[in-house]
Amino acid sequence: MPISRLKLLFLQVFVAIGAIVFWHIVTNYPVISDVKTMKFFFSTPIDVFTRVVRMFADGSVYRHLWITLVETILAFVIGASLGIIIGFWFARKPLVAAVFDPYVKMMNALPRVVLAPIFALWFGLGIWSKVWLGVTLVFFIVFFNVYQGVREVPQVVLANARMLGMNERQLLRHVYWPAALAWVFSSLHTSVGFAVVGAVVGEYLGSAAGLGYLIHQAEGVFDVTGVFAGMVILMMFVMLIDAVVTVIEKPLLVWKPGETRTV
Amino acid sequence: MTTAVHLAGVSVAYGLAGGGRYEAVQPVDLSVRDGEFVALLGPTGCGKSTLLNIAAGLMPPSGGRCEIFGQKLSGLNAKAGYLFQQDALMPWKTAQDNVSIGLEVKGVSRAEALARSKAMLAKVGLGAFGDRYPHQLSGGQKKRVALAQVLIREPKILLMDEPFGPLDAQTRLIMSELLLDLWQQDRKAVMFVTHDLDEAIALSDRVMVMSAGPQSRFIGEFIVNLPRPRDIAEVRSEPAFHKLHAEIWSCLREEVRKTYGLAGKGAA
Repeated sequence: MPISRLKLLFLQVFVAIGAIVFWHIVTNYPVISDVKTMKFFFSTPIDVFTRVVRMFADGSVYRHLWITLVETILAFVIGASLGIIIGFWFARKPLVAAVFDPYVKMMNALPRVVLAPIFALWFGLGIWSKVWLGVTLVFFIVFFNVYQGVREVPQVVLANARMLGMNERQLLRHVYWPAALAWVFSSLHTSVGFAVVGAVVGEYLGSAAGLGYLIHQAEGVFDVTGVFAGMVILMMFVMLIDAVVTVIEKPLLVWKPGETRTV
Repeated sequence: MTTAVHLAGVSVAYGLAGGGRYEAVQPVDLSVRDGEFVALLGPTGCGKSTLLNIAAGLMPPSGGRCEIFGQKLSGLNAKAGYLFQQDALMPWKTAQDNVSIGLEVKGVSRAEALARSKAMLAKVGLGAFGDRYPHQLSGGQKKRVALAQVLIREPKILLMDEPFGPLDAQTRLIMSELLLDLWQQDRKAVMFVTHDLDEAIALSDRVMVMSAGPQSRFIGEFIVNLPRPRDIAEVRSEPAFHKLHAEIWSCLREEVRKTYGLAGKGAA
């Protein structure tokens, strides 16, 4: 039985209110531990909310949001471009793919966090060390999807396109490229999400601006309210970007049957 | 009358993984005249489609050669249009873009290609469906788009690999009618692969029967002298149709039984 939208929305809001009320009770009444300790470790929903509002009201947060946004977009654009180009190249040249296969796997197996310090060393504490960290995350997702997309074009579609008189260049444009793009878009939510992760983790590990920096700063002075406020803003930021992605991908995937979104 | 497709001693063999050699098709000869509709009939897996792929230039023969209008074929057969059994439309293009692309790759301007594509879609009865994507079309409609896609390039030769196989019986009949209708207006050489005896007789001028694989070969050639233009539904009730049907079936039956391991036995 399909759930009505209204009912679903009601239940979702109910979960949020429940969680916030629980949070409020345990930090304002001595049900688990004394109030002072609880407030120190978990802050309170009202404090966090007030802090978030104040950060927007005095405008101090916008600079950090902007920096993180720029890093995210650059990481996504560069990572996706590299992923598309190299994915295409590997898929069309099996020898290249075979030679590089173990190295691609090795690089992808590396936890990206360990790259953050070396990137800070190479690219400085500005935005570029964060951008490249995001690139290493986005690249592999897009790369694998393009590689798969190009290789999994149905043989019969390919044979048909050839019989219709397409040369290599036209095949690339009318067959391989749309097939690969479909895979890129189906992983768009994941790859954009990883661009944000790259940016924020990079900021967290060493920077002078950005949402990751805000959270790190607050943590350094045991300002739990600040940490939570930063997290709330980060969540809103990610939700907003995800909504934008949904709007962008919709007209681009009209030709696909049914639901294509992967999360 | 010129010869459109000439398979001269064409044989097909595959190398097996174990190092052996699988002789799929024995050296065969086949000539299809310009404007002639030839049906290739045979049991499943007899290599009918393989011969079609050779005529299309999609695969080279192991032995012999393929000539198209007297010239040895190397690479893809640019004079041929190929209608596949499976769905071969580009899913990311609308019906009209799927059809117009065949002209666009030849250098026809986008506007003209689109106009001609719409006209061609109207011809196959899909005038109102040009902006649909393949997934929004039914199986029969997709076949019509595929037919328009092939015909818009005005190929001299039509190669069809059980094109209506995946469709339901009624749709098949309608599609056969459409095909005959279009072919009647502009007669091309046709190689039509099928395992449906009725379809083969109703459509073609000549039915070539192939033996079961391996080492398939032609084991029967039947001229279909039914008058044209034909009405697909009516032609099936003519005595000449039944006579031919009985003749071809007696030739084909043993081969079909072979593919199911029943050769030489009595009633199964």
